[in-house]
Amino acid sequence: MLPTSLGPWLDYTINGLVIGNIYALLAVGLALIFGVSHLINFAHGSVYMVGAYIGWLCVTQLALPLPVTFVVVAAGCGLLGVVIERVGLRPLREAPRIAPLLATIGLSVVMDQTAQLLFSPDPRAPPTQLPAWRIAVGGGSIGALDLLIAGVGVGSAALLYGFLRFTRLGWAVRATALDRDAARQCGVDVDKVNRTVFAIASALGGVSGLLVGMYYNTIDPNMGFQAGLKGIVAQLIGGVGNVPGAIAGSLLLGLIESYGIALFGTSYRNLFAFVALIVILVLRPNGLFARARRLPPEPLTGTFIAPSRPVVLPRWAVWGLAAAALALPLAVRQPYLLQTLGNAWLFALLALSLTLVAGTVGQVSLGHAGLLAIGAYASALLTLDAGVPVLLAVPLAGLVAATLGTALVYPAFRLRGHYVSIATLAVGEIVTLVILNWESLTRGPIGVTGIPPLAVAGTPLVSGQWVYWVPLVVLLALAAVQSRLLDSHLGRTLRAIREDDIAARSYGVELDRYKALAFAVAGFVAGIGGALMAHFYSYINHETFPAPVSMLALTMVILGGLGNVAGAVLGAAVLVGLPELFRAAAEYRMLIYGIVLLLLIRFRPQGLLGTV
Amino acid sequence: MTSQPGKPLLEVAGLTRRFGGLTAVNGLDLTVGEGELVSVIGPNGAGKTTLFNLIAGLDAPDAGAVAFDGRDVSGLPAERLAALGLARTFQHGRVFGNLSVLDNVLVGAHTRLRAVRPRPRLPLLGPLAELALALVRPAPVRAEEERLRAEALEIVALFGERLTPRLDQPAHSLSYANRRRLEIARALALRPRLLLLDEPTAGMNPTETAEMLAIIRSLKGRGLTILLIEHKLDLVMQLSDRVVVMDHGARIAEGLPAAVAADPAVIEAYLGHKAVGGLAEPDGAEPDGAGQGGGNQHGERPVVARAAR
Amino acid sequence: MTDALLRLDRVNSFYGPVQVHFDLSLEVGKGEIVCLLGGNASGKSTTMKIILGLLKPRSGQVSFDGRPLTGLATPQIVRRGIGSVPESRRLFATMTVRENVLMGAYTRDDRKAVVEDHERVLDLFPKLRERHAQQAGTLSGGEQQMVAMARALMGRPRLIVMDEPTMGLSPLHVDKVLELIGTINRQGVSVFMVEQNASLALRIAHRGYVLQTGRIVLSGPAADLARDPQIRDAYLGGTRAA
Repeated sequence: MLPTSLGPWLDYTINGLVIGNIYALLAVGLALIFGVSHLINFAHGSVYMVGAYIGWLCVTQLALPLPVTFVVVAAGCGLLGVVIERVGLRPLREAPRIAPLLATIGLSVVMDQTAQLLFSPDPRAPPTQLPAWRIAVGGGSIGALDLLIAGVGVGSAALLYGFLRFTRLGWAVRATALDRDAARQCGVDVDKVNRTVFAIASALGGVSGLLVGMYYNTIDPNMGFQAGLKGIVAQLIGGVGNVPGAIAGSLLLGLIESYGIALFGTSYRNLFAFVALIVILVLRPNGLFARARRLPPEPLTGTFIAPSRPVVLPRWAVWGLAAAALALPLAVRQPYLLQTLGNAWLFALLALSLTLVAGTVGQVSLGHAGLLAIGAYASALLTLDAGVPVLLAVPLAGLVAATLGTALVYPAFRLRGHYVSIATLAVGEIVTLVILNWESLTRGPIGVTGIPPLAVAGTPLVSGQWVYWVPLVVLLALAAVQSRLLDSHLGRTLRAIREDDIAARSYGVELDRYKALAFAVAGFVAGIGGALMAHFYSYINHETFPAPVSMLALTMVILGGLGNVAGAVLGAAVLVGLPELFRAAAEYRMLIYGIVLLLLIRFRPQGLLGTV
Repeated sequence: MTSQPGKPLLEVAGLTRRFGGLTAVNGLDLTVGEGELVSVIGPNGAGKTTLFNLIAGLDAPDAGAVAFDGRDVSGLPAERLAALGLARTFQHGRVFGNLSVLDNVLVGAHTRLRAVRPRPRLPLLGPLAELALALVRPAPVRAEEERLRAEALEIVALFGERLTPRLDQPAHSLSYANRRRLEIARALALRPRLLLLDEPTAGMNPTETAEMLAIIRSLKGRGLTILLIEHKLDLVMQLSDRVVVMDHGARIAEGLPAAVAADPAVIEAYLGHKAVGGLAEPDGAEPDGAGQGGGNQHGERPVVARAAR
Repeated sequence: MTDALLRLDRVNSFYGPVQVHFDLSLEVGKGEIVCLLGGNASGKSTTMKIILGLLKPRSGQVSFDGRPLTGLATPQIVRRGIGSVPESRRLFATMTVRENVLMGAYTRDDRKAVVEDHERVLDLFPKLRERHAQQAGTLSGGEQQMVAMARALMGRPRLIVMDEPTMGLSPLHVDKVLELIGTINRQGVSVFMVEQNASLALRIAHRGYVLQTGRIVLSGPAADLARDPQIRDAYLGGTRAA
């Protein structure tokens, strides 16, 4: 499949640069936003999606000419950016640093789901308005759209340069990025700067979405997630907050992807970006263009998790609740209710796992669904392909998830704050992409069918009660183990890392060792959860545990209270159980989760039971 | 206040750290003998805290070496130095906010955990054994935990009734002065061979400062080796065996407290150019004399007359 | 002092649960240089934050020229006529010297007067004229301090607040900076400076306050303070109760 002549390579290069231009429009905005507000904006991909849809509306419904469409998209998305800043971020200015990041995740979920409700999840094809001619260059060719994208990219960069270099507001943006407080003391209204930056960034992001819709001739409500990640990757390659670096990183990423597809095939496309991300984070965490050794980072003392006083459940209450939960099937015999709650207990295992790393150790993992996937595939393949009995395969799957999960996240242990979140998000994506592409092991996109159910002495445990009891018993056991762990010296050690990793190091706490322990325990718990899911569902594929599941888990954990074992169970029960019981239409469910996440971050960041 | 230093415990030679164009620590030499209390003084921005970070392994020097107990420890990370017996407090009080007072102190004893962190420290099995022991908790592990808790209570009791009634409260609820005390308690739980104190009395009123002075003195009396950064010269003069004066990252003077305080170069650097004000007269000097000495130097104040305009 | 330009009246401020100021009251008269002395963590820098609106007091009032600053954000306070020379200069490191100085005029719309003021400020700090195209982060400490002062002056302030203006400077630069503070003051700008170094500050100040654990423990004309035996106990942290 390797092309031998030069012509196709020229095409790949042109293609890579065009895609790089699209990424650059995203990455520049992300860099600007990071510069002034030190925030990695996870909602940026959704703005891009909205831009694509506004463009589609303009062309198909309003029949506007292309130049007007560009203006409408830029204005519409710019306005959206202002709203995002005002509603999502400004109220959180005094909140712990992780809060605005979580808020952008919530906003992104809300926007994607709203688009899905408005336009249906099906892809749409924006009609092309450009002439179809192509100019032959060497052995390759350039079309009108390629030139348009390049022109928009270069033009935007020039405008942005002029703005930052020669206007008063542009100076204020740069000054705010360099030293926010000093800028305020020069009379700079930082809110106005933030607003301006979000407007510019979102306008560029929207235009990027419009262009990509034209380029691939297809748009869908979930297109933003991957694109936003690509923008973040491109920005990290160039060094966060570095605008020229973001452009260079984007072009580089575009070329890597284009050549990579040429060499390995399309289904690997996203893998290159995420592997590149991990490599950059590990080798050059400040980006390719960062200067020599920087000042040691100022610790985030006490800024990660707000001071909190958790609700302490008395021992008798815990036992009482556990007993009541176990006895429930004796009193209630509606299979649907039991199945729903059983599903909630399975998700509670995921929440239990995440609350340990995100809450207790303060490593906010955004790729936690990847651990479920590893556990599910491990158990399914062990039983089907290796003939391991189900009861043995489940704990083995836990061990596999613990080992693989820890090994995959290990490179990210030296990172802090937002970088950990990005790295874990990338790891989650990598897991999915490997499952998709390693067909000889995982059966690729077809998925794994006919996974045997759990069985004791030849009797399959598939009835309503067992679907409820098995997950609950496993959950109670693992929750007890986790509580005992938190009660030991490990509990205070892990929490000390979260509170102040510098001070913890100064008292001999080896960060890698304890982070690895926490991820191993979390991987085990989530792996068991994934394995049980596989045996209950009997069919899994690479889309059974998508990225939104990670966001859902995070919402559960925050709802219950970070690090809070009882809170994780409560969060899962509420978020999985309640919508189901109230028969909320399935398509609204993710929207509800997004809104819950936003409201929690704003009004009750410590969750229902409080941070432990 | 005669100093009879034992063999050197800490030896710093030619230590240099640059940040961009600024040389925060510039070819610094420093020795602390076993059982000695050495103070580092100097104006804000002189590089004292950077020096501490370099010694404690939180920052790496651009040049120079640090030796601890005769062993070259330059470039060793903080966690390794802690295991060797070096404990420090932080200038701005870095307690673990959401941990209880007791847990804060117990984290200080982390390097002393033996039963639950068995030796030798194998790479993969070590952590797994630690996890298993923490969950199963056999008798030796329980005994160790009990022993450390009892010891933590004793350490906390050093501070009288300041911390003891607040053992179970989260550290974020403590007053500023209590956070400083808690930091010292946490450091003592490490059973340090060398204790680095970064302005332990910052933000304390005279009563609290006097209390802290008594505590540091008693620690010294027990033979603890201490390197102290402090601005309150009274305290420095009363406690130190030797004083090192830093300015612009370099050592500009070193010696017995009385000698250093009388050194004109020190007075110039520490109290300001031309301000031979004697605000830093050694302990026992008449405060009156000091004040007048300062006043006499202010004859040239240019703007008194304009104040009335 | 009926002619107070800046007045803090019984200010109580907190960081989380920790109280920083206890009924802090002080004032700066028109044309005065007033210094606030105190050790580290005595609440000096927090006083700056309170004046500039970077931290809101829980109770008490800050007023400027007879009008309360309550509820105003930092940029609005700056527009009222308070210029700031922050601790450690806080320049915009990768912007040029010229851009840094002109950022000080951010709030002003009178372009022509800004250009004139820029010239005047450069006359006051001739060194900055040579360096105007250089990145501010590459300057020496003393030069950076001058950029910070020039930046503050560009807003045409009636009061300049300075947080440890001599920190980390060589003796030569310390003299220069103190001299410039005097010059600025003679041009009619009041100065409120926080200093750890008492004798330096008292050399140029008219009056001073001594802050200790968030309370004013001593105040008076600079000459009296310099002579006051209590200052040693109170400020250098005597271990006997003052």
